[in-house]
Amino acid sequence: MNRSVEMPALDAAAAQQWQREYDAQIGKDRATVNRSGIPVKALYTPADWDGTRHLHDLGYPGQPPFTRGIYPTMHRGRTWTQRQLIGLGTPTDYNLRLTDLLSQGISAVSLIPCNSVFRGYDMDETHAELLGTCGTVINHAGHMDEALAGVDLARVSCAMNDPSPFTLFAFLLVTAKRRGVPWTQLTGTSNQSDYLSHFVANHMFYRLANAGARRVLVDQIAFAIEHVPRWNPMSVVGQHTQQAGATPAEAAAFTLSTAIQNAEDCIARGLDPDRFLPRFTFFFDISVSFFEEIAKFRAMRRLWGRIARERLGAGTPQAWRFKFHGQTSGADLTRQQPLNNVARVTIQAMAGIFGGLQSLHTDAYDEAVSCPTEAGARIAIATQNILKEESHLTDVIDPLGGSYYVEAMTDAMEAEIERVMARIDAVGGMYAAAESGLVQRMIGESALCFQRQVDQGEQTIVGVNKYAAEDNAASPAQPKPDPAAMAQHLTQFRRWKALRDGASVKRALAALAHAAESPRDNVMAEIVRAAEAGITHGEICACLRDVYGFGRPLVAV
Amino acid sequence: MTIIPKVLVTKIGLDGHDRGSRIVTAALRDAGMEVIYTPPWQEIASVVKLVLEEDVDVIGISSLATDHLIVPKLIEALAAAGLAHKPVIVGGIVPDSDARELEAAGVARVFHPGSAMQDIVTYIRAAAERSRAAAYSE
Repeated sequence: MNRSVEMPALDAAAAQQWQREYDAQIGKDRATVNRSGIPVKALYTPADWDGTRHLHDLGYPGQPPFTRGIYPTMHRGRTWTQRQLIGLGTPTDYNLRLTDLLSQGISAVSLIPCNSVFRGYDMDETHAELLGTCGTVINHAGHMDEALAGVDLARVSCAMNDPSPFTLFAFLLVTAKRRGVPWTQLTGTSNQSDYLSHFVANHMFYRLANAGARRVLVDQIAFAIEHVPRWNPMSVVGQHTQQAGATPAEAAAFTLSTAIQNAEDCIARGLDPDRFLPRFTFFFDISVSFFEEIAKFRAMRRLWGRIARERLGAGTPQAWRFKFHGQTSGADLTRQQPLNNVARVTIQAMAGIFGGLQSLHTDAYDEAVSCPTEAGARIAIATQNILKEESHLTDVIDPLGGSYYVEAMTDAMEAEIERVMARIDAVGGMYAAAESGLVQRMIGESALCFQRQVDQGEQTIVGVNKYAAEDNAASPAQPKPDPAAMAQHLTQFRRWKALRDGASVKRALAALAHAAESPRDNVMAEIVRAAEAGITHGEICACLRDVYGFGRPLVAV
Repeated sequence: MTIIPKVLVTKIGLDGHDRGSRIVTAALRDAGMEVIYTPPWQEIASVVKLVLEEDVDVIGISSLATDHLIVPKLIEALAAAGLAHKPVIVGGIVPDSDARELEAAGVARVFHPGSAMQDIVTYIRAAAERSRAAAYSE
């Protein structure tokens, strides 16, 4: 959208004088591009962004095209949800950590299960050494009740990092029911519902083959819209692709193309975009490339509003709002001089805030060394509190709006995102683009390109390829679950499993398999019934794997 | 004697993050090595089988999310299959204390995030030459 603007003669003369002086003093100017490959100039002026178009390009907060924010009050009214990912050890360990963090000011729960859970296994199906080392071992509804003991489910928003087939969501629903909390009062998000991002980038959360994952996702959305109306069943994830190496513009494009794919799948099922689109949320990586990230989020807000309205046919403004959670980029963090990461996380978080996010996770500085320590997690929360309450960052809505640079870069990012989306559309949409390997190839090429820039010193990483010091600060020790407590958790689980009525377990699993094979049934409803009947996470995943096939990502080098 | 090192780059355990293993694979291939690359989640027994069948010189295990904790099991399985002379290298997020434990268990070297690709290439080339020499002297 590079629009050239007529300049008054005086202005033009001043501009020419500056250019002459700049050229004379700079000598050989370095070619500068951002991570998305967009050239960055030394100076931006009214020639790059025409302020008279502000109503058309920017509008006002809460109004289309939403460039300045999706709500009229933005962070001046309500800042953002502090949602720290935590997960370690047993459900009791999780509950202790959660209670501590809630007392420090986090306002929402986010539950990370153990990697064994992510892969679709129960704790008696994997290496005991790995249990609880990266997340909490939750295998049935009773475990969820323990993990969330003392948490008022009607008040605290609960995000579940819960890929298809959404067993954690089912365990949460069962827990709510047992506690007498109506499902209509539950708020939260199925944070890892985007199977396509798992297929192309994250891999670990990819449990069911694409066709099955697609079916279960649409069923889960339909189920939530009907029974848990304040729940966000769809979180479209740009974080995985960017962490895997996609540029910010590519990650943005993959995410929007995925959102379109999922929305079209829902429409094909007969769901009304005015009902399900307001419950779509987005989840992004925020890199340390400050202005680029701000421009990315502003451009995506504008694009999504237009896509929801024009392409997906949504009529309600609720459906046009691009609600997103941001997580500071772990890939930017360094093991070398780890305390430097506090500065990186602050810059990343500021980019997200100026980008207008609704919810934020700040990484702990020690994440490049291990899963975060308690001390690291505390600093991450304090960083958010400083940004939110101490630094006057939230006094003004979209404070960088109208900056020639930020507006010109927002336009340029929008154009680049649309260019990548057109490549996806050309091969038939995101599902087809993922199955063909196109997306994976693009991510791989961008990851290599960035690594070469680092290796050649074109991209500085302080403490790694520049300013490297011999005496790196001692790295903190990995928090590990107490082996005795984990062994006890495993023993109790085995005992609990053995005490179940074998016949009713068999019946519940047969009903689940039947629903999975019947296109007219809602698989999610059956998963919830199974969870209520005491069926475990691993059993539900195994049953659906048998029907749909095991999730094997396309991995090629 | 210049050899073309044959390297297995793989992931065991539960995690699926493969940016590191893909980038290292590309760097090793650029350096003229033969690399056998597998998807994540390999069983320990299948890694041992691959090492035997493909007769690789060096085994590279990539780990981002604590899978390094089961590398000692892999070392034991390799030894049991008579492959103790094959160097095992771990790359990824490994806390210092764990790295020391891995080295005590027989891991040849742990490469941390931010390692220069050239250092990894140089190390693996030398390790492959030693590994090949050990295989011939048997």
